Amino acid sequence: MAARFNLFLVLVAVFCALGVVTSQHKSRKLFHAIEVEQERAGQLEVEYGQLQLELSTWATSPRIERVARERLRMRLPEAADIATLAERASP
Amino acid sequence: MKSFKGSGAHKFTESPVLQLRLPAWRSRFMGILILSALVLLIGRSFYLQILRNDFLQGKGELRYKRELEISASRGRISDRNGEILAVSTPMASVWAIPAEARLSQNEIKRLAGLIELSARDLTLRLASEKSFVFLKRQLPPDIGEKVAALKLRGIGIDKEYRRYYPTGEMAAHVVGFTGVDDKGLEGVELAFDAQLSGKPGSRSVIRDRRGQIVEDAGSIHFPKDGKDTRLSLDMRVQYLAYSQLKQVIADTRAKAGSVVVVDARTGEIIALSNWPTYNPNNRELLSGTQLRNRAITDTYEPGSVIKPFTAALALENEKVRFDTPINCAPGKLTIGTATISDPRPHGTLSVAQVIQKSSNVGSAKIARMLSAKEMWGMLDSIGFGHVTHLGFPGEVSGRMRPWKSWLPIEQATISYGHGFSVSLVQLAKAYTVFARDGDLIPLSLIRLESPPLKTTQVFSPQTVREVRAMLEMAVQPGGTAPKVRIPGYRVAGKTGTAHKVEGGHYAKNKYVASFAGFAPASDPRFVVAVMIDEPEGNMHFGGSVAGPVFTRVMSGLLRLYSVPQDSPSPAEGMHVVQNSGHLSAVRDEERL
Repeated sequence: MAARFNLFLVLVAVFCALGVVTSQHKSRKLFHAIEVEQERAGQLEVEYGQLQLELSTWATSPRIERVARERLRMRLPEAADIATLAERASP
Repeated sequence: MKSFKGSGAHKFTESPVLQLRLPAWRSRFMGILILSALVLLIGRSFYLQILRNDFLQGKGELRYKRELEISASRGRISDRNGEILAVSTPMASVWAIPAEARLSQNEIKRLAGLIELSARDLTLRLASEKSFVFLKRQLPPDIGEKVAALKLRGIGIDKEYRRYYPTGEMAAHVVGFTGVDDKGLEGVELAFDAQLSGKPGSRSVIRDRRGQIVEDAGSIHFPKDGKDTRLSLDMRVQYLAYSQLKQVIADTRAKAGSVVVVDARTGEIIALSNWPTYNPNNRELLSGTQLRNRAITDTYEPGSVIKPFTAALALENEKVRFDTPINCAPGKLTIGTATISDPRPHGTLSVAQVIQKSSNVGSAKIARMLSAKEMWGMLDSIGFGHVTHLGFPGEVSGRMRPWKSWLPIEQATISYGHGFSVSLVQLAKAYTVFARDGDLIPLSLIRLESPPLKTTQVFSPQTVREVRAMLEMAVQPGGTAPKVRIPGYRVAGKTGTAHKVEGGHYAKNKYVASFAGFAPASDPRFVVAVMIDEPEGNMHFGGSVAGPVFTRVMSGLLRLYSVPQDSPSPAEGMHVVQNSGHLSAVRDEERL
């Protein structure tokens, strides 16, 4: 009886040991995955900064003015072109 | 056992070996030998594991544990609408340990091609005696990756941040710049360095054979990224101020100039531009004159733009009324041994006309009704002689002598802005008094969520209303700046043309032309102050040099912020000015 019980305990111990090994492996794999993702997040952050830089380089005021005046042929309205609407009295 | 019995071998006790008689010392000797070897082993292991365990432990950790630095980025600087003014982006710097780098000709060629260095230069650098050399700093990150992919021995890549300023020279003086080590050296970069700069963190990790991180070991110090800073500047207005300033300086061949735009309701500086300026992205040919943020760090004698304050004080202390006559004839006034004069002599003017026509004699006569202490107290309370507390490096307080040592002539010249010095930012701040209801608001370079609660009351609202009317007259026909006109809006402002002080004397043909004003006059929203240093030619008056800059900046500003017009029909507005006169207009206001 006792021998059988011991055998059972040995099996349980072996099973647990294998469980520890697999879960350790799994956790390392997941850890690696999160590392990779964090790396990617960092890279995206960098890219965002670069795009923001590019955006603001394209959108500088002198360039906007040049494009508006030369390519789109826009101009400031003269005083006579501006109509002022009176505010409608609210009921 | 059975087989032994069966074989009929010797009995154990009869073994021939036992029959041998060996000397007793041999076994004892062996025993001692084995025992002493054991003691030696135990001793050694005690030494290694307990006395000097740190050495071995360190060696072991070296094989799997790594201390990684986690870099922190410097905060971004943006304008009030979020437009980026300064941003850090990582760059790759390629370094070499010359003693370890033994590259083949082919490898040198490939590396040189990638980092845009001639093969000859590269060989020279690799032959260096130093233990560490940078081959090329701040390369684009994709090139860094390509270099890393070559997997050359003794060659490494470092991540370094580089700061970019997309708006370039437009906002250079306000934003400033950082050095190679990412520390602020000028402007906001220096003033707010503590909050902008990040603190790098670190973590120790366990790596497997392939160099992949498998576990965190020990503590992680998280990096602290620098805080993003949002300035009060509006780049659209900043561009407007910058381009107008650049234009007028080209037209008048002036030495320098500055423009300051302040939101009168919140005290935020909407634009601050200086000329000459520089490109913060390329600072190779920089000189001190370009670097100076003149509006904040340089002082000048303000000239006539101060007259409204003298008049306001006299009104406030009930020494004069809006229309009290002041005899300005014959355009000269002698105090002690000195004589002050008007460029063009006037007869008898009202107090309002003294401001409108900018009479030095008139304002000196008004100042005579005031005590030196009163005048000093007023100029002191509007911030002259004090730093503006923008937190900006090199802010100056200006020069203002204590009233007890004022001479009578000094009090007279101070009344029209000579004999003391201010910075343009101080002047713009002082004018918020007239643009608001007589209270002085602290200025800010940082965007505010709500206007500051603490303001200092300097003049009563009634005094301010009268001074505003005088300042409106100054930009109308008969005033010193009749060209300062913005269709649809009522504008108020004052010109200033001051002789420059050189070597303790006023230089004859060197002037500082300035203009300070606000609009819309009925409910002022913005204060704009302009200063042009040494405009050349006949056009040296504040009204003709600085006035047009004010007009263009202000009209653009009112349009950008969609400020409602307070004088919608220009024709009608002109009519009022020409026919009804200002005195009656103000009397109407007084009755209200």
